[in-house]
Amino acid sequence: MRLSYVIRRFLFFLLVMWSAATVLFFVPRLSPINPIRERFAEIQRSTGYAPRDMEQLVKAFEAKFGLNKPLIEQYFDYISGLARGDLGYSLMRYPRTVNELIGQALPWTIGLVTVTTLLTFLIGTAIGALAGWPRSPGWVKGMVTPLMVLAAVPPYLLGLVLIYFIAFRAKLLPLSGAYTTTRFNAPELSLEFLLDVGRHAILPALSLIVASVGFWALGMRGMGVTVLGEDYVNFAEHKGLKQGRIFYWYYVRNAILPQVTGLALAFGSIVSAGILVEYLYGFPGIGSLLNAAIGANDFFVIYGIGMITIFAVGFSMMVVDILYPLLDPRIRYDRR
Amino acid sequence: MTSLNGTRSVALQINDLQVTYYTDAGRVKAVDGVSLTLQSGERLGLVGESGCGKSTLALALMQMIKPPGRIESGSAIIYTDDGAVDLLKLSEEEMRQTRLSKISYIPQGAMNSLNPVMRIGAQMLDAMQDHLPRASKRELIERAEHALESVELKRSVFQMYPHELSGGMKQRVCIAIGILLNPKVIIADEPTSALDVVVQRQVMETIRRVQEKINAAVILIGHDMGLMAQVTHRVAVMYAGKLVEVSNVREIFRHPLHPYAQALIRSLPRLKNKGVFHGIPGLAPSLLHLPSGCVFHPRCDRAMEICKIAAPPRSTTPDGRFVSCHLYDEQGNPTTPDQRGMQAHTSPR
Repeated sequence: MRLSYVIRRFLFFLLVMWSAATVLFFVPRLSPINPIRERFAEIQRSTGYAPRDMEQLVKAFEAKFGLNKPLIEQYFDYISGLARGDLGYSLMRYPRTVNELIGQALPWTIGLVTVTTLLTFLIGTAIGALAGWPRSPGWVKGMVTPLMVLAAVPPYLLGLVLIYFIAFRAKLLPLSGAYTTTRFNAPELSLEFLLDVGRHAILPALSLIVASVGFWALGMRGMGVTVLGEDYVNFAEHKGLKQGRIFYWYYVRNAILPQVTGLALAFGSIVSAGILVEYLYGFPGIGSLLNAAIGANDFFVIYGIGMITIFAVGFSMMVVDILYPLLDPRIRYDRR
Repeated sequence: MTSLNGTRSVALQINDLQVTYYTDAGRVKAVDGVSLTLQSGERLGLVGESGCGKSTLALALMQMIKPPGRIESGSAIIYTDDGAVDLLKLSEEEMRQTRLSKISYIPQGAMNSLNPVMRIGAQMLDAMQDHLPRASKRELIERAEHALESVELKRSVFQMYPHELSGGMKQRVCIAIGILLNPKVIIADEPTSALDVVVQRQVMETIRRVQEKINAAVILIGHDMGLMAQVTHRVAVMYAGKLVEVSNVREIFRHPLHPYAQALIRSLPRLKNKGVFHGIPGLAPSLLHLPSGCVFHPRCDRAMEICKIAAPPRSTTPDGRFVSCHLYDEQGNPTTPDQRGMQAHTSPR
């Protein structure tokens, strides 16, 4: 039955999450770095302040974070915390919790990267479909090559070029940030604010889109050419169907199937896709947070971001697995 | 063997059709001066070795020759209730409307000829909708289900996906699609090549029955002479892009005129001489380097001097058979060695 498949698939998703969390827990603990000691050393380096009772402070904080307990006990605390959605405290912004920090950064990232991922998918797939279609004009067929060249340029490099020419020289768009902090103290729900956010998002979005649209186009064109060779496209023409119908229902509809899997994977990497671009544009998203956390050895924030990244991948794969039979009727899970 | 009855009128008239492929190695005449006339209700078998131009001929009639191929000359006039139309002169949009409604094509690879992500019904409806935009959906559904029944499929197949059907069922669906709009001419390109013999027979019977019902002319392409003997009225034999003989099925099996047709018939296994296999020596010629004169002469066991020099005449015998061979004069009567003006010699092979 369909429902039993969904349940099975969900249990599998939990298993994936659990094993990922376990790896994420143990790997950093293999390293000799003590995050708390590092944190104090950091304060010491930057301020020159060295408390005499530092060893005691470290011990106290280790006790506070549970780092003095046996490893296995820490592990169970960690897993049970995860199960309750509790990721603990941030080291660098103590006493704020990891949940708070991620909760602040995530909407920015999701807003930026979800929109760009969807746009990239749609634009790239459309260009690829048209480029592979024999009746397209020559310039459309030739579009994939320059897009591939652009795809070879990393997004942050493209970002630098865009910042220099569009924001710095031409002063058409803001240089960095997610909104004009001098105009708005905090995010608010007003048209002006949304327009301001939009203006700030154009360049980061463009860097992400231009850098990956070529991959989608290439994938779609390759699949399209294969589909064109199929007997059913040939027979569709023998049936005297209109070109538009053959294009959409016979050609695109079949060639898009692997692209959808790719889209799910891309959604999974939404959290991590824009790290460098976010940093470059001073965008207050997950990427910037992760960058700061790595700089400050804030293990708990790094764990948290790692977990939501894994969650995003696992979850979108689960959604695709469950939705795929709707796209491709040959895939059915009700037989075992 | 069957005989043709019902109303006889010309359904399709092909005149001097010529199709060329422009390859890097040179021009290839895949169909060279083929002329054929089909009566409505008639089933014509088109046989020949692989690469002899059978499928190219079919594609040309559908105007589905893709570059580097080109229809060079000739006409293919289809006679319908709306009058006579030359298929080869139609514009792209006119030809699109003509496909399926006047001339339909039943594909060779029925295994993959149906769109895997669409239900059978949707694939029947879209075909009709693009030809009858004003028809109501209910009416079209009824028509599609009726077509499924006429090829001995259940109405429930309408709701199914191609992967839920067997090979024979898929081929039947293709036939059902082919007859949806009661075409005047049906081209079936090796419709049974992927099926086992039992299903082959059933599918051929289905084609025969539905074709008789709508009184369409059928061009049945294939190289299974046994199948041809069972279902066709006439057989046309093609060799290297040219028609070499067109005769009634009874006559071509009893008394083939052209040496190539004779060799084909001789190569069939018979109950009387089990185990003795007669092939045809040599290979089909490359269309890029055709032999001079009669293209069959290097493999012909009755080749004469003239065969190497001159292309054979196209003759029609008094009883309406077509043959293209130096052994026959313009009237289709056997020539004498005197008439040939040269000594017949036996083939060295």
